[in-house]
Amino acid sequence: MPEQYTTFVSGVIPLPVENVDTDQIVPARFLKVTDKEGLADALFRDWRYEADGGLKEPTFVLDKPAMYGRKILLAGDNFGCGSSREHAPWALVSWGIRAVITSSCADIFQGNALKNGLLPIIVDPERLRQLFDLVAAEPEVELTVDLDSQVVHLPGDEDLPFEVDPFSKLMLLQGTDELGYLLGKAAAIDDWEATHPARVDTRPKGAAQRPAA
Amino acid sequence: MSAASRQPRTLVEKIWDDHVVTEQPGAPSVLAIDLHLVHEVTSPQAFTGLRRRGLRVRHPERTVATADHSVPTTPRNLPILDEMAAAQVRQLETNCREFGVPLHGIGDPSQGIVHVIGPQLGLTQPGMTIVCGDSHTSTHGAFGALAFGIGTSEVEMVLATQCLLQRRPKTYEVRVDGRLAAGVSAKDIILNLLSRIGVGGGTGHVFEYRGSAIEALSMEQRMTICNMSIEGGARAGLIAPDETTFEYLHGRPHAPQGVEWEAAVDRWRTLPTDDGAVFDRTITIDAGALEPMVTYGTNPGMGLPISSNVPDPAEAADDQRRRGLEQALTYMDLQPGQPLLGQKVDVVFVGSCTNGRISDLRLAAAALDGRKVAAGVRMLVVPGSDEVKREAEAEGLDEIFRAAGADWREAGCSMCIAMNGDQLSPGQYAVSTSNRNFEGRQGKGGRTFLASPLTAAASAIAGAIADPRRLPGIETLAAVGGR
Ligand code: SF4
Repeated sequence: MPEQYTTFVSGVIPLPVENVDTDQIVPARFLKVTDKEGLADALFRDWRYEADGGLKEPTFVLDKPAMYGRKILLAGDNFGCGSSREHAPWALVSWGIRAVITSSCADIFQGNALKNGLLPIIVDPERLRQLFDLVAAEPEVELTVDLDSQVVHLPGDEDLPFEVDPFSKLMLLQGTDELGYLLGKAAAIDDWEATHPARVDTRPKGAAQRPAA
Repeated sequence: MSAASRQPRTLVEKIWDDHVVTEQPGAPSVLAIDLHLVHEVTSPQAFTGLRRRGLRVRHPERTVATADHSVPTTPRNLPILDEMAAAQVRQLETNCREFGVPLHGIGDPSQGIVHVIGPQLGLTQPGMTIVCGDSHTSTHGAFGALAFGIGTSEVEMVLATQCLLQRRPKTYEVRVDGRLAAGVSAKDIILNLLSRIGVGGGTGHVFEYRGSAIEALSMEQRMTICNMSIEGGARAGLIAPDETTFEYLHGRPHAPQGVEWEAAVDRWRTLPTDDGAVFDRTITIDAGALEPMVTYGTNPGMGLPISSNVPDPAEAADDQRRRGLEQALTYMDLQPGQPLLGQKVDVVFVGSCTNGRISDLRLAAAALDGRKVAAGVRMLVVPGSDEVKREAEAEGLDEIFRAAGADWREAGCSMCIAMNGDQLSPGQYAVSTSNRNFEGRQGKGGRTFLASPLTAAASAIAGAIADPRRLPGIETLAAVGGR
């Protein structure tokens, strides 16, 4: 279950690449895990490491010492496209990322991120360009992410408002999750099922469908 | 309900309305799920979550599991070499046993890629809501079902409650009219759409593919199109059920039978989009003008008609796009302006949930019959399921592939995702019938050209990207698919 999402201040990790897909965020060979922990190592693996296990030269942005401990990722358009794997937000969160600022996010990624305590902040493309410029000019700049008021505070008292689905916001702020909410709807689900018969039965029918051994 | 039923509605709106359990202002709808498909990669953490909360699977009889992503495609009597993959498959077996979920595991005659076996078993039916922890769940939309991929947290929710929290999607009409030329297929339609709208073009929407060119497609070709909806950013893509759909489904193991069949067909006939229903967006494609398509870059939206040249980043619309294109061409090691035709390839892969069905294999085999895979090219043909494999072998397709010098394998995802040891070496070029050409998707440093089974076969023979329309006898050859 995610922790409560509180306001935080952080430097920014710039990643000016469009269409960053989930295969880059976590390469498929790391999907064989049966738990969520320890995926930080797999994050952007093939952009960070050579085949022999050494860091790439020049080092990928994540591995620059100045970036350690930063919680905001600034990324190009359509971040998180590709598969439905939740391993991508798990890896970002286990690295310590808590917000991704971009101009659009893949649907599934956005949903998965919100369910795991990672906040996608969507800004318009012009604004995204300005933010990249700002971070290029002032690499040490710190932003404040305030989910409750739905703003990112920029230096010089400038506020950048953002939209977030109100329901997801509530879940994040309370640190509860959707399963808890759904379990609370058990009575409504019972009622609905009483008048809607099952459409299909997945159990094996006849010998041809029975497992071989 | 009454107001909603009087207004003309689209196919997806009808299915949606039919499955809303309850709605609360400010919250997403609680949507009932008819069928939940489970596989080994995205489910272990969900079952762990159930145990932690002391929950059961609410409807194991509406849930079905298979192992597909990490299973080897070498002969099944060899042990799974990769210890982590083996652990994942064992974990799935334990979870299914403990929670009573039917499993089509390794050795089961129905085993295969989850999106191939659902339709094959007749589990996938019109009007249903179908989910799976895999983004290519959109495949099942070919039957007029609302089918989409979910994450592991949602897998846990559906296991526990048979419901999901969802917001009503927007609708996107993809109208494809006209007649495809011989050698141009469903894969080329979807690659063309993606090249036009880009990989984010359908975000927040559900596609409905319609028009005379779609109606003329077989079920398997429809699945190829719906499969790649997610590549355009749409979580689902649907095609209205019609006689082709009913004919495909009739008599399949889990399809309704007898009087139930008649009742189901009557219900399914009410599903197609009403005249006058409004879509949020529309795009039209002229099927007659399509060429075979091939991708040149590192996302499925970077595709071109096969007779084109690689684009020049200098001509890109803006800076970000230019950088994206430069990065892609560097990764692919292609030169701006070079023709796609004639680009050398090392590997050809025919398979996956996009193009690993019997009609796909028939087309590839027809193209290869009596010919040879070019020297130095490795061709892998991987059936999408055990049943596809048996069918292909009964028709002698395996013999044709072997005689041509191709490698005939066991069913699975294989080189589509390169989790099971079937993969490209760094720098190798592959023509692949799968759905993703991301960096490293088919093996670290591997370079992928996405294309149709016919283009793949033509390229295997030539040892380079080749136009299937130039295959001798293409007119008759292109008609062998069926289904
Ligand atoms: S064949 Fe490829 S895309 Fe399809 S389910 Fe398997 S890994 Fe996913």
